[in-house]
Amino acid sequence: MSQETLRIQKISAHAGTVPGEGTQREFQVCKLIDTTTCIGCKACEVACMEWNDLPFGQTVFDNTYQTMPDTRWNYWNLIRFNEHETDDGTLMWLMRKDQCMHCADPGCLAACPSDGAIVQYTNGIVDFQQANCIGCGYCITGCPFDIPKMNPKTNRVFKCTLCADRVGEGLEPACIKACPTGCLHFGSKDDMKYLAEGRAKQLRDHSNFPKAGVYDPPGVGGTGVIYVLHDVTEPELYGGLPKNPRVPLTVKLWKGPLKWLGNVAMIGGLIGLFVHYLRFGPKSREEEFEKKHEGEQP
Amino acid sequence: MSAPPYRAHPAQAVPPGRILRYGFRERVTHWVAGLSYVYLLLTGLAFWSPWLFWLAIALGGGQISRILHPWVGLLFFAAVLQMYGLWASQMRFDDVDRAWFRSMRHYIRNEDEKMPPVGRYNAGQKLLFWGFFVCGILLFLSGLVLWFPEYIPWSLRWLRYIAVLVHASTALLTIGLFLIHVYMGVFAERGALDSVIYGDVTEDFAKRFHPAWYKELIGSAPRRK
Repeated sequence: MSQETLRIQKISAHAGTVPGEGTQREFQVCKLIDTTTCIGCKACEVACMEWNDLPFGQTVFDNTYQTMPDTRWNYWNLIRFNEHETDDGTLMWLMRKDQCMHCADPGCLAACPSDGAIVQYTNGIVDFQQANCIGCGYCITGCPFDIPKMNPKTNRVFKCTLCADRVGEGLEPACIKACPTGCLHFGSKDDMKYLAEGRAKQLRDHSNFPKAGVYDPPGVGGTGVIYVLHDVTEPELYGGLPKNPRVPLTVKLWKGPLKWLGNVAMIGGLIGLFVHYLRFGPKSREEEFEKKHEGEQP
Repeated sequence: MSAPPYRAHPAQAVPPGRILRYGFRERVTHWVAGLSYVYLLLTGLAFWSPWLFWLAIALGGGQISRILHPWVGLLFFAAVLQMYGLWASQMRFDDVDRAWFRSMRHYIRNEDEKMPPVGRYNAGQKLLFWGFFVCGILLFLSGLVLWFPEYIPWSLRWLRYIAVLVHASTALLTIGLFLIHVYMGVFAERGALDSVIYGDVTEDFAKRFHPAWYKELIGSAPRRK
């Protein structure tokens, strides 16, 4: 991989062509998170802050092993912790590394009204360009995973970049590098899917997790971050991972049919009024005419 | 022939042959609403379509437009409420309005002599008023949600989902009303634009477009409005 991986294939609110679209035979990059081998050590959280130079903020202790209740504009990577009692009474600690999922069909990008504030590289990474961000927060509405977070001081939105700067130089993201258990993997989407399915099969066949599977939600076109879950039928158990995430219907209606309809109506309205003026003219013309020519002989 | 003074606004003198139609308060309110609406329209269109994003650049940049749009929206909403106070009582639909809608075809063809005797406002103007009032409230409510999306908790995210759709659709409705309003006021009904700047109209204008209102002003003793 080289700098070429950072060629752009989708641009938010962009009128015109996209420079990188279809110009490159590039594989999709993917992060694989095996929740069954995560020990919740938070090395990835620290590595994320270190590499991305994020300031250390206040953590919130709520009697669990979770650093804080939610990700923040300057805390992009959070291990969500849930205690879960299975049907046979076994207690499980569910650890899920939560961050941007890098959807193939990103709702944030669809909702964004600012040209070039959100881009998707040809390798699949969805990245925010804060210089172009206007702080409207539409991406927050568009995201089905509650990931984009507003910096209240600068009024710009931030999230995980999948370490696009590292990936562009042929390195794996910082979180992957820091993981001590090998629960995090990074590579092409195909390879990660293969690895994930293999691990899920192992869990089903040998570890008494008959519902184990891979989380790669099709509702958003698949994601650049995939999970192996003990129980793929109940992803909500893992800190509210949505079962069937989709770009919200109203966002799709707003950016699709409504936009089409609205544009046609606005342009049609303008043309209609102009034609009306040409056909019928102003209402008081006759009277003005009479007044002007008052007393004149015909 | 000079018209008697319009009793509702005794303070303002009008030139002979003209009738006061809009008092100072009405004119100021109209233009606060009108100018703030134009700003909201231009910045709103910039956020609506990538093809029009240059409007936001021209108006000071995307960030500035994002910051000012909601504040100007508050100003617009305040003007809408003020207009409600000024005009709501005169905007009730009656039998004349129903007759007006039935003969709208003539109105469109400028055959105004075939229209029923209209009072101070015709049915179209009333429709415009109520359209802007209802849309104004919906835009205000959805706009509040869109102003601070980051403070809407995840469990109430449906508020954001509704707000984006409501804000855009009601804005589109007001654009339709706005286009017709500007067209009527500036191009179709000569004298209407002057009336909302200077306040007065010619007697011809009053007789032709608002005969019942004219009759009320001229024909009867001064009365309380």
